[in-house]
Amino acid sequence: MRPVTRFVLLLGWLGYAIIPWYLPDGMSLTEFGWLAGYPFGKAGSALALALSGTAPWLLPIGALLVLATLQLGRSNAASVGRILIGAGLAGLALFFAQGFAITLKGQGLPTLAALLGGGGADTAQGGMGFGAFLTVLSLLLLLCHGLAYRGICRGDIFTTSSIGIIVLLIGLFIFYPVITILRSALVDQAGAFAPAAFFERLFSASIWGLGCVTANTNCGVAWNTLILAVLTGVTTTLLGLACALLILRTGMPGKRVMRLLTVLPIITPPFVIGLALILLFGRSGLFSNLLYEWFAIPRSRWIYGLPGILLAQVLAFAPIAFLVLIGVVQGISPSLEEASQTLGAKRWATFSTVTWPLLKPGIANAFLLGFVESMADFGNPLVLGGNFEVLSTKIFFAVVGAAHNQGQAAVLAFVLLAFTLGAFWIQRRWLGGKSYTTVTGKGDSGLPTPLPRRVTWLAGLVIVPWVSLTAVIYLVILVGGFVKTMGRDYTPTLEHYKTGFSIDFSRGLYFDGSAWNSFFTTIKLAAISAPLTAIIGLLTAYLLTRQRFSGRHLLEFATMLSFAIPGTVLGVSYILAFNVPPIEITGTGLILVITFVFRNMPVGVRSGIAGLSQIDKSLDEASTTLRARSFTTLWRVVLPLLRPALVAALIYSFVRSMTAVSAVIFLVSAEYNLSTAYIVGRVEAGEFGLAIAYSSVLIVFMAAGIGLIQLGVGERKLGRRVAAPVAATPAPAPAIG
Amino acid sequence: MQGYQWLRASALAMLATGAAFVAAPAQAQGSLVMYCGVQEEWCRAMSTTFEKETGIKVAMTRKSAGEIYAQLKAESANPRGDIWWGGTGDPHLQAAEEGLTQEYESAANKDMQDWSLAQWRAAQKRTIGIYAGALGFGFNTQQIKQKGLAEPKCWADLLDAKLKDDVQVADPNSSGTAYNMLATIVQLMGEDKGFDYLKALHKNISQYTKSGAAPAKAASLGETAVGIVFIHDAVVFAVQGDPIKAVAPCEGTGYEIGSMSIIKGARNLDNAKKFYDWALTPAAQALAAPAKSYQVPSNKNAVVPPQAPKMSEMKLINYDFVKYGSSAERTRLLTKWDKEVKPLPK
Repeated sequence: MRPVTRFVLLLGWLGYAIIPWYLPDGMSLTEFGWLAGYPFGKAGSALALALSGTAPWLLPIGALLVLATLQLGRSNAASVGRILIGAGLAGLALFFAQGFAITLKGQGLPTLAALLGGGGADTAQGGMGFGAFLTVLSLLLLLCHGLAYRGICRGDIFTTSSIGIIVLLIGLFIFYPVITILRSALVDQAGAFAPAAFFERLFSASIWGLGCVTANTNCGVAWNTLILAVLTGVTTTLLGLACALLILRTGMPGKRVMRLLTVLPIITPPFVIGLALILLFGRSGLFSNLLYEWFAIPRSRWIYGLPGILLAQVLAFAPIAFLVLIGVVQGISPSLEEASQTLGAKRWATFSTVTWPLLKPGIANAFLLGFVESMADFGNPLVLGGNFEVLSTKIFFAVVGAAHNQGQAAVLAFVLLAFTLGAFWIQRRWLGGKSYTTVTGKGDSGLPTPLPRRVTWLAGLVIVPWVSLTAVIYLVILVGGFVKTMGRDYTPTLEHYKTGFSIDFSRGLYFDGSAWNSFFTTIKLAAISAPLTAIIGLLTAYLLTRQRFSGRHLLEFATMLSFAIPGTVLGVSYILAFNVPPIEITGTGLILVITFVFRNMPVGVRSGIAGLSQIDKSLDEASTTLRARSFTTLWRVVLPLLRPALVAALIYSFVRSMTAVSAVIFLVSAEYNLSTAYIVGRVEAGEFGLAIAYSSVLIVFMAAGIGLIQLGVGERKLGRRVAAPVAATPAPAPAIG
Repeated sequence: MQGYQWLRASALAMLATGAAFVAAPAQAQGSLVMYCGVQEEWCRAMSTTFEKETGIKVAMTRKSAGEIYAQLKAESANPRGDIWWGGTGDPHLQAAEEGLTQEYESAANKDMQDWSLAQWRAAQKRTIGIYAGALGFGFNTQQIKQKGLAEPKCWADLLDAKLKDDVQVADPNSSGTAYNMLATIVQLMGEDKGFDYLKALHKNISQYTKSGAAPAKAASLGETAVGIVFIHDAVVFAVQGDPIKAVAPCEGTGYEIGSMSIIKGARNLDNAKKFYDWALTPAAQALAAPAKSYQVPSNKNAVVPPQAPKMSEMKLINYDFVKYGSSAERTRLLTKWDKEVKPLPK
């Protein structure tokens, strides 16, 4: 048995015999009243509880740990492996069986509970705590180590363990809640099984109607959503591409400013862009007033509906496409383009036959992101929707509206899911099995080809209006916080900032303003979830692209699933799934962190995959040939080359956590309130001033956060020549690790 | 060994994050978890004042009534909240009907207005009225003048062809306010005539908004000429000095009863009862007006804020909360509205 396996065993025993098994009420790290009665009672360890007869069903799990421990001294890898696999599998099965069978009184699965040694429906246990967590982790790792001993994944413990952990996490935090909510699609209001109602709801005219084509009414909500998502996906991808090409491949002035401006919309809390658009283009908006007074163009309500939502979504999501595409454009090896030019191709020919095909995976990813983001977007349709309904808002109001129809919400979620997964499938078909590798271990020192002039003009033509509109919107947001009522009364005032962010120094440092509490909570949770998201996302991407194992496609599908599920549905399903034992974490900060991680993970995975598909496998193989383990290869070869992807994942998850609304609106609690939930409240109450002021503070803060992340992680060094010393990229910070 | 390091590092990281963030919700004596269904400022005033007066620590979350109802339902196996204070009465009644809230009879009941106790009886003691607000509409004075219209005073005035695409009301499927209007029109005019009215009104509706109070905001900003809302929602903007005027329709109108319920299985039941008793006192109900909420309080001895719409001067219908609050009737009316009114061409 290898030392690392011994360590895993130690973890297991720590969790089983010493650390409290359950999550006791009122636990804290400063007061220890909750520990009363240890090692028995509510905060008891599994071993003590099992032996004293309080929880006899925990005993077999211990027995399996003993079985694994007996292998400590043995060195026959195959037979130790077989026993570890057996112990791990049986342990996990027993663990989950008791967890789901024995929960609250009168719930769970009474037959199974009785079988495991409980008293049927009468036995109860609370939510699993740290002891249980460590034990299940240890059992899982034992299983993975056993598999590695048997030669699975070339006997690499790191690979099998990573796969195991990611599968467990995805199973618990994506599949389990999703199944919980989809189950409610098949039952009627009273809770009885009703498949007929399901089909009736699924094929109703409100979802699939074609009224906008055949008559002068509205189309079904499914068509609306689809049209909007395709338009948004295409527009954002084109804008992002134009912007990435302009920034990296031309001598255009003002690059730095543009780079900043394009990132701004992502760090803007939802509702705010919509709000600013209304203040600008609404019927009594700034622009509409000017047009009316100067040119007598009648005021209209065009902003409410498809055009308005599309505009807001393009402003909001084009930067995401940009972030994805800039990594890809950066990674395209100039030597390929140089080769093309050496062979006599003109700039345009090089672009269309070399550069463009290499851009395809990035474009497909960017489109997919825009498409899925648009489908899941909730804030903009809410503010600007008018009579144009989309699935995400319809789901939200099916849950919280006057109709209170959870089954309807689940059916709509089902349709939404089908769309996003369909897009995912088409993308895979389009990319096929071609190779997009451009970063190789071979000598690579070309200069990036400048763009052909035609493309430069076209890109510039698209980008300038976009950037100016963005600038105007941010001007409105900035000014809005400092005037009394935007749109009517432009008296300068600091009142909004005082209400939200005043600090009282008379009693020492006391954060007096009403926004501080949610502000601090949001930062804390976002800062914790960003690195977790990046690690899990990139690790998954690495496994998906670099390791061969059965069930790989299923894993890829699973990571997309959490992205495809609209936030509202995820929020409700998390409450349904995690409000009762075995995993009882609603009302804690942990559930928010988990939501952030699993909502944002697909971005880490996508950008990781896009980045990895450019890095030649020969690099990994060289490292492996030199007898490095996969962890070493990942850490020292792949990760440094993946810096743009890592930055994208970190930035994106940090920012998205800070600006998420739909997924967390059900999950915020009094103790853990978030900025966005607070801002939504202000908007609802009509206090636009405070909402905009708070948003400006968030924007400034997130811009600073992004700057820090970029400074800390730096850019990858590809050892390419740089055109001129002036255009050198900012000096990379010392490599981490 | 690399694998070893990796494992140790990740295990430590997981433990550290876990330990820092799973402080289980406070259960200690002297705390109360409050779900608040009115606007933030009022919620905050209620929770901090109660905290100051009793020393009981209040953990307050503000959400719309529909969201709170959805949360109660989701949490019903393992309730987290203790008291649900505020928000329109229908979801409170629905929660009572489904047994999500529990019975309570306060000593303060004797001082309550009749409508407050009617709500309490309708819900089998599971919810009580804490404030009332009449339904009406707010109109933008500048827009109406520009259109050359006389100030609208009645439901019938809203059918004027000059108001085409210039009236807003929320979608009754998503908003309790709009459902209240639907039920009011049906009770006021009878079901057939009521639906005829709604169909005629449909031609003038520019947008069925999601949130119930949104039309008031839109009218105050001039995004629409008329917004059908609870009158106190329009008064808020009028008090701020916006060009909006609130109207109680001349034919008669319905009203909402903002309610309070104790959540079934409350972990801090005694404190929830203390809060319940306290929230019915005149002093607690006087906290509304300074927080820019101009509803009519339910305690007979409470001071009615001067800005509050005078219920006594309005023609109020005898709103049947039992019938129109039941889920069967609600589903029937909403389905009918969805079929007969919403899909109509403009």
